[in-house]
Amino acid sequence: MNSIMEFLNMGGYGAYVWSAYGITFVVMIIAIVIPLRQHATLRKRLTSQLKRKNQS
Amino acid sequence: MPWFISIFLLFLMYGLYGGLVLAPADYQQGESYRIIYIHVPAAWMSLFIYMVMAVNGAIGLIWRIKMAEVVAISSAPIGAMFTFLALVTGSIWGKPMWGTWWEWEARLTSELILLFLYLGVIALYNAIEDKRIASRAVAILLLVGVVNIPVIHYSVEWWNTLHQGPTVTKFDKPSIHISMLLPLLSMAVAFKFYFGLGLLVRARKELLHRERNTSWVRELLLDE
Repeated sequence: MNSIMEFLNMGGYGAYVWSAYGITFVVMIIAIVIPLRQHATLRKRLTSQLKRKNQS
Repeated sequence: MPWFISIFLLFLMYGLYGGLVLAPADYQQGESYRIIYIHVPAAWMSLFIYMVMAVNGAIGLIWRIKMAEVVAISSAPIGAMFTFLALVTGSIWGKPMWGTWWEWEARLTSELILLFLYLGVIALYNAIEDKRIASRAVAILLLVGVVNIPVIHYSVEWWNTLHQGPTVTKFDKPSIHISMLLPLLSMAVAFKFYFGLGLLVRARKELLHRERNTSWVRELLLDE
């Protein structure tokens, strides 16, 4: 338990170290999720457009 | 794809474990230096991705290869992200070590200009409706902006900066211990794989958008 607290404390620099790592990983995940969702939305839109055109 | 993600995670896990747990504290900066394991790889990526874009921009400009245009513009958001992260993590590292979040000195300022270049590239591309023309405009902007890359790299040698000099990319032996160097390189490799992954996802979207009126996209979409 003590060693975990010590690890998180980072010699007093915990707030700096962990916020740097936290921001990095949140941003990196968002930067993958956004284009994935954009791709899915675009695909759906194009498909429904095509199907409408084919019906008329 | 799954093996690609696995390799990325493997390098990431080793980099994080080696950097945060195994590597000793720095003799001057204590534990705060551990930000290096994301800051330096992110900064390397910010330069690397710019060069990938410039080369692809040039290929698109000269040989009119569509795929090169797609790679160039699809890399831009990822490059902007790494530049942003290099600036933010550097700022967070600077506060306890230099006593300031920001200083208008050569390394920091030239890296900030790089971020503006990335944002300029994205804005320019979005401003032009015809994506073939947009790609040519972007390629020219990219090639002009290459002038900033050596400025960033050598800024710590050309000027007296607050930012520390290079520890790894020196011609003589790197002045960093192997127990710190290995996780750093591992993180750099992990970030390269992340770039590959992000590029794939974005290029797919970009290609679908550009080719939305072609027969192969129509067949692909109606097949499901």
